[in-house]
Amino acid sequence: MENRTMENRTDMQQHDDHQGHTHDLDQPCHHGHTTEVQPQLRAVRPTRDQMSHIKGWGADLERENRPGVPMERTPPRYTPADIAEPSPQPQNVEVLVSTERPGITQLFGTVQPPSGVSGMIRRAAFSMTESDIRRWLLLLAADRVQVVEGVVDDLAHGHVPNILGEMGIKSEWQYNKAGLAKKVAIAGAIGAAAYFLLKRDKNAPDDRWD
Amino acid sequence: MLAMNYRGPYRVRAQHKPDPVIEHPGDAIVRVTRSCICGSDLHLYHGMVPDTRVGHTFGHEFIGIVEDVGSGVQKLKVGDRVLVPFNIFCGSCFFCQKELYGNCHNVNAQATAVGAIYGYSHTAGGYDGGQAEYVRVPMADVGPTIIPEDIVDDDAVLLTDALPTGYQAAEMGSIKEGDTVVVFGAGPVGIFAAKSAWLFGAGRVIVVDELEYRLEFVKRYAQCEVVNFKDVGDMALHIKKMTDWLGADVCIDCVGGDAAGSVAQTVTGRLLKMQAGAATVLHWCINSVRKGGNVSIVGVYGPTFNAVPIGNALNKGITMRMNQASVKRHLPRLIEHIRAGHIDPKQIITHRIPLEEVSDAYHIFSSKLDNCIKPILIPPRAHEVRAVTASVAK
Repeated sequence: MENRTMENRTDMQQHDDHQGHTHDLDQPCHHGHTTEVQPQLRAVRPTRDQMSHIKGWGADLERENRPGVPMERTPPRYTPADIAEPSPQPQNVEVLVSTERPGITQLFGTVQPPSGVSGMIRRAAFSMTESDIRRWLLLLAADRVQVVEGVVDDLAHGHVPNILGEMGIKSEWQYNKAGLAKKVAIAGAIGAAAYFLLKRDKNAPDDRWD
Repeated sequence: MLAMNYRGPYRVRAQHKPDPVIEHPGDAIVRVTRSCICGSDLHLYHGMVPDTRVGHTFGHEFIGIVEDVGSGVQKLKVGDRVLVPFNIFCGSCFFCQKELYGNCHNVNAQATAVGAIYGYSHTAGGYDGGQAEYVRVPMADVGPTIIPEDIVDDDAVLLTDALPTGYQAAEMGSIKEGDTVVVFGAGPVGIFAAKSAWLFGAGRVIVVDELEYRLEFVKRYAQCEVVNFKDVGDMALHIKKMTDWLGADVCIDCVGGDAAGSVAQTVTGRLLKMQAGAATVLHWCINSVRKGGNVSIVGVYGPTFNAVPIGNALNKGITMRMNQASVKRHLPRLIEHIRAGHIDPKQIITHRIPLEEVSDAYHIFSSKLDNCIKPILIPPRAHEVRAVTASVAK
């Protein structure tokens, strides 16, 4: 296990030499109209001695000692044995509930209740089951609508959102000036092209009657 | 309080919002001292998770100090230093009673297919997360764990998600002695999955990514082989050539729906949202693993559907296991591994950023700037020592 670092195809070819055969990754293994018969394929495995350089190797090798085995373990070990079902949380705000439940859960999140047009879309989405693709597409649509609502809400509260700042332009400038310049150039080119097209259409002579 | 505030895809900011309050007798309020940005937060940040509402505060990897407790809390007390597993769970439901703490049925009203996760959209319960000065922690006697004295904050915060998820990813691979394990993704979870694979007795660990700086890190940190998929023609063929033409015994997806590597998947999954994220890595896992092998999935995908070669999985007799990590069940063993020096989680932290600069923190992590692997956010009151803490200590 001495050659344990490889990064590219050349390294890999060298590594595979330990199997007693080589692989030319850029050439097919067959020639002409015949194909070579593959050798008997066997996986080569390291011995325990070869793994001794890895600190902690095999510490969780015994399956029965693994914390995730068995997958389902009753009674649970890490929560109180006598724990009672939580009492119902008082509900003071609108919480949308999956139709795949008989009622609201004992505990629930209360932040950002549905509101506005996006809230109406979310309520419509929650009338459908989780198996219904339309539910999720409507929720994605509501998310996009709420982005616009968020900007309007900012402006209504006298706050002009610093959208470039929210997108991390400061760090882009600090660590990726070339990338930022490229994005600005592309955006500028698109803007200029759009402006040119609009301008041209507006001023184009009408030669239909010539 | 100051908190991260989602404004739309690729737009977040630090903004003041009302402090959280006790809403149930079992609640606690925790003052956050460390909060990570997780790779799965980027799925939210990129607008890929349905019902991610404007104003939501992300953050499911955090530790802090208990500031207040509800009348029903018996074990935690004000001043306790706690790590909070990313799962919110009741401990008593059908699933919690089976130690499936990531699948609790009593805490997410809004979906049955998902447990509840702090700061992970309303699809995951609609709880604000820990990228804030304070956070509401339901079921305080069940989820939070008091951090042992000898575990430092930077290790503790990685015990809330990244390390247990990587460890469970390896565990779900049912690794046997000498197995060849391929981990797709050299982000924090992939790094920990690679490291954990050795603990389970792997004979060979190969990590695949496209970012050289991350591959360099994981090669050194986890003593594994690495492959840059940009240097490879076909991923499955390459893995087969590396593994005696048989395929890997275990393949692990630590990427999820934000994967690069396939134009068709990227366009349909990430740009057009025609599927729940790009299923590139699922393809690679199914097609790279050997017949009868195991595929483990912890990369996050959305709730709709993905185009995957399930027929190949059937014909190859693959066992596929996946879940959100059941963090609490792994904690005792992982703390032992940290104490034994088998794993040093804090080494993966590359950036410590004030919460006030959360916009840049997300952009740096999302765009992989400045060789970023794991950023943690430090709230303004992280180091505040309150009088109440001192009184409790007496």
